[in-house]
Amino acid sequence: MRDALRAALAIAGKDLAIEWRTKTALVSSVTFAVLVLAVLYFARDPTAVGAVDVAPGALWVTFTFAAMIGLNRAFLLERENRAMDGIRLAPVSPQAVFFGKLAANLVFVGTVELVSLPLFILFYDVPMVRGLPALAGITAMATLAFVAVGTLLSSMVVRTRFAELMLPLLLLPFLVPPVVGAVQATARILADRPLSEVQGWLKLLAAFDIVFVTISTFLFEATLEE
Amino acid sequence: MIREKAEALARRGSLLTAVALLALAGVYLRALMFTPIERFQGPAQKIFYVHAPAAWSGLLAFAVTGLLSVLYLWLRDRKVDLVAAASAEVGLAFSVIMLTTGPIWAKPIWGTWWTWDARLTSTLFIFLLFVGYQVLRGAITDHETRARYSAVIGILGLVLVPFIHMTVYLFRTLHPDPVVMKPGSPSLPGEMLVTLLTSFGVFTLLYLGFLAQRYALAVLRDLKDEEASRAVS
Repeated sequence: MRDALRAALAIAGKDLAIEWRTKTALVSSVTFAVLVLAVLYFARDPTAVGAVDVAPGALWVTFTFAAMIGLNRAFLLERENRAMDGIRLAPVSPQAVFFGKLAANLVFVGTVELVSLPLFILFYDVPMVRGLPALAGITAMATLAFVAVGTLLSSMVVRTRFAELMLPLLLLPFLVPPVVGAVQATARILADRPLSEVQGWLKLLAAFDIVFVTISTFLFEATLEE
Repeated sequence: MIREKAEALARRGSLLTAVALLALAGVYLRALMFTPIERFQGPAQKIFYVHAPAAWSGLLAFAVTGLLSVLYLWLRDRKVDLVAAASAEVGLAFSVIMLTTGPIWAKPIWGTWWTWDARLTSTLFIFLLFVGYQVLRGAITDHETRARYSAVIGILGLVLVPFIHMTVYLFRTLHPDPVVMKPGSPSLPGEMLVTLLTSFGVFTLLYLGFLAQRYALAVLRDLKDEEASRAVS
């Protein structure tokens, strides 16, 4: 168990070190997030729809689309020089590899979210101070949900033709439950309503997290070259 | 040997399909001439005898794909993968029937072609998911990898569908309640029920007929691939 944890941390650390030295994906994802936030601000009739009405949707479209750029890259690293073969040769369980990859992706997507959230508050001028802890919780739950499935799918699509095209096509259906739930919860938080109003959504998010993190962990082995 | 078997299966599949298509004509004769017109919906309700059974066959096909995906990762048998893929493709055909007849009925009855109701949304996403499944299969050349990857998608899809349903249910719902598969006895008048249940049976036969043909085709195509690679090497 401790060995598996050490292996997972080593894999996550390696991925993050590579990203930290190049910063290519991080810079692209953050810039992309800012662009999406800006474009979505103008994608409405300003005389009929207030910015705050489109804000929750805009935030989550931004988060998920920016995350997809990072996810696309996660296993591309392992493809170069057939690095995945090296990892497979190491005496490490596939579950540990998956958790390492998942952790690195979560840190990556979390960083993108951390940078774009202040910009979102600034651009959309939303009152946010009191709801911030609740929003952080919702974001953590929804992010875990789609990054877990995204990590699994990313491991498959890098070995197909048209990899960049394939990930959104396969991943978007899996975004429906977490993103709809997150948007509903965010809207309540922005309206300064208690979270008990979205109890059903919170349960759905929690169930989705548990089910999909578990199933992705076990299916990951099937996505590796044998 | 394999070739003869596959060709025999294809023949049986087309025979079954022919019988099912004849029976479908029979169902429509019965639906149009010998089944009473629904009091509130009028003749528009007749489309229901195609829509609901097509939806049944489509969902049956996708459920079969999902379950066979689990079975594939367990047994690693190429035949299981080919049946799963055949079922997914046949399911797409039935889904197209469901997704076109639905709006045709919905326009006069609901006053709108489409609405984001729980069942409409779930079925639309199942359809899209399986389009993705087919595209993924097309993007992988190696048999074994293709089988493993599509099995992963099949399983994920099977788990996702209840979540999407729940999501939209929490959002709001409008689709008519089930009239047959529900707690208590069916709430459809006898004559309509007989027509509907016959149609369910006919569509199940159609599914089996299509599936057999599509599977036989996949086996034959595999054989051709092998012959081609042998000829090259």
